[in-house]
Amino acid sequence: MLELEKLSKAYTSGDYALKDVSFTIEKGQVVALIGPSGAGKSTLIRCINRLVDPTSGTASLNGKNITAMPTRKLRQVRRQMGMIFQDYALVERLTVMENILSGRLGYVGFWRSLFRKFGPEAENDAFGLLEKVGLPGYEDKRADALSGGQRQRVGIARALIQNPSLLLVDEPTASLDPKTARQVMRLIQDLCHERNLAAIINIHDVALAQQFVERVIGLKAGQVAYDGPPEGLTPEVLTEIYGEEDWSATVRKDGDEGASEAETPEAYAVEKE
Amino acid sequence: MTDTVQLKRWRRPPMIKRTWLRALVWVGVPLYVVLSLGSMEVNWARVIDGLPRAKEFILSFSSPDFTTRWNDIYEGIYESLVMAFASTVVGILISVPIGLGAAKNLAPTPVYLVCRGIIALSRALQEIIVAILMVAIFGFGPFAGFLTLAFATIGFFAKLLAERIEDVSKSQSEAIRATGASWSQWVLYGIHPQVFPRFIGLSMYRLDINFRESAVLGIVGAGGIGATLNTAFDRYEFDTAAAIILIIIALVLMAEYTSSWLRVKVQ
Repeated sequence: MLELEKLSKAYTSGDYALKDVSFTIEKGQVVALIGPSGAGKSTLIRCINRLVDPTSGTASLNGKNITAMPTRKLRQVRRQMGMIFQDYALVERLTVMENILSGRLGYVGFWRSLFRKFGPEAENDAFGLLEKVGLPGYEDKRADALSGGQRQRVGIARALIQNPSLLLVDEPTASLDPKTARQVMRLIQDLCHERNLAAIINIHDVALAQQFVERVIGLKAGQVAYDGPPEGLTPEVLTEIYGEEDWSATVRKDGDEGASEAETPEAYAVEKE
Repeated sequence: MTDTVQLKRWRRPPMIKRTWLRALVWVGVPLYVVLSLGSMEVNWARVIDGLPRAKEFILSFSSPDFTTRWNDIYEGIYESLVMAFASTVVGILISVPIGLGAAKNLAPTPVYLVCRGIIALSRALQEIIVAILMVAIFGFGPFAGFLTLAFATIGFFAKLLAERIEDVSKSQSEAIRATGASWSQWVLYGIHPQVFPRFIGLSMYRLDINFRESAVLGIVGAGGIGATLNTAFDRYEFDTAAAIILIIIALVLMAEYTSSWLRVKVQ
């Protein structure tokens, strides 16, 4: 579904942020992108939706080359890719509803967006998503009145109302406490499974990544250093990606998953059907 | 030499690294101030002559005369308010696109340079100079004042608006771009909500400036309360002048309180 081929980003100084990154992601596959700070994780996902223009190589979504696309067409491809940010990136002075509906900007014209007329289906979807992310009744609250975890849920709703086929998730948990971080990761995981969404999740917390994804890609200095299942992240592999460190507490052991799943069942506010 | 422990000391690194330049600034600046003050010639005999007149003028504030020339004052104030309001609205309407164009993070370089050029031109031409030109073209009266103030508003408003736009949070505007928003939608959702409180604050401030400015423009014939005030001075009617100045102060105070109230409302 998403295909990267030799994607590279070079700065004018000649340094590479990304070098010959190639991989393919299937429909519905949730991938964690790990690697040290400065390895190019953020740049990579921004090259996919062209918030950053790659220097060479291609990225294609459902067979369409995004890299060569003129700006006008970019709009249509961007709305198929929902983005979730580390600092939530909600428009602070707008209401929760306006923030969620802004995910539909790629579908409506200027005047409709000026008067907040996104259509009855969009409004209904937005209410459904608010319920889904555990924030029913929050539609008229201003974004800057919410807590970090609540803001991230609004951010997730904004990405989902785009009706995307791919989620680009940039450090979704880096500003959250451990419990909220797990809830947010679980929410993203559940929604991806439910809607058969592919996702690329940039994440620092290796243990958290292992717990929630089926595939891990490790970036090191802009190049792919690991691509495989989370179980394959041995101390040797982590040393290869991050450098020498004591990895004994990070590497997943058998039975770990069951234990952490059981931690706080009631904490996850979303009703599961 | 005693046997004390050597303490490791720290000093803030100087702002100006070169010693000679630092010395030059410390000596040169005060010297320049002294010299420039010394170059101003004051005719003390003239000052002493002028003191009684100053006293008369100041004393007239204790007996301001609102009634004798009330019709003139009323007309002047009315004209000034209309002039200030109309020029602010028109000036801001023109400033918004120029402000957008003058923000580096929004506009391509050629547009940026043109818009910054317009701002620089408007700021370089002082109100009085523009007013004299406008009076020469359009004749005496408030229309010349209106055009002058609208023109001056552009330089002020577009510049400050552009600076606020350049300060917007990048992540908020990036998130809007990532949804597939067009440029105009991006401005509407990614930029506008962030700059709106400043927009309101600046509008109120400019309205206040334009009203005060209109009191000065009357002196060169551009209508408004300034014309009335000028006439009062010419006739040595200090009581009437005092009344006019008191009204101006009251109106400016009202504008001040209104704008701070409004700024709190729009957060």
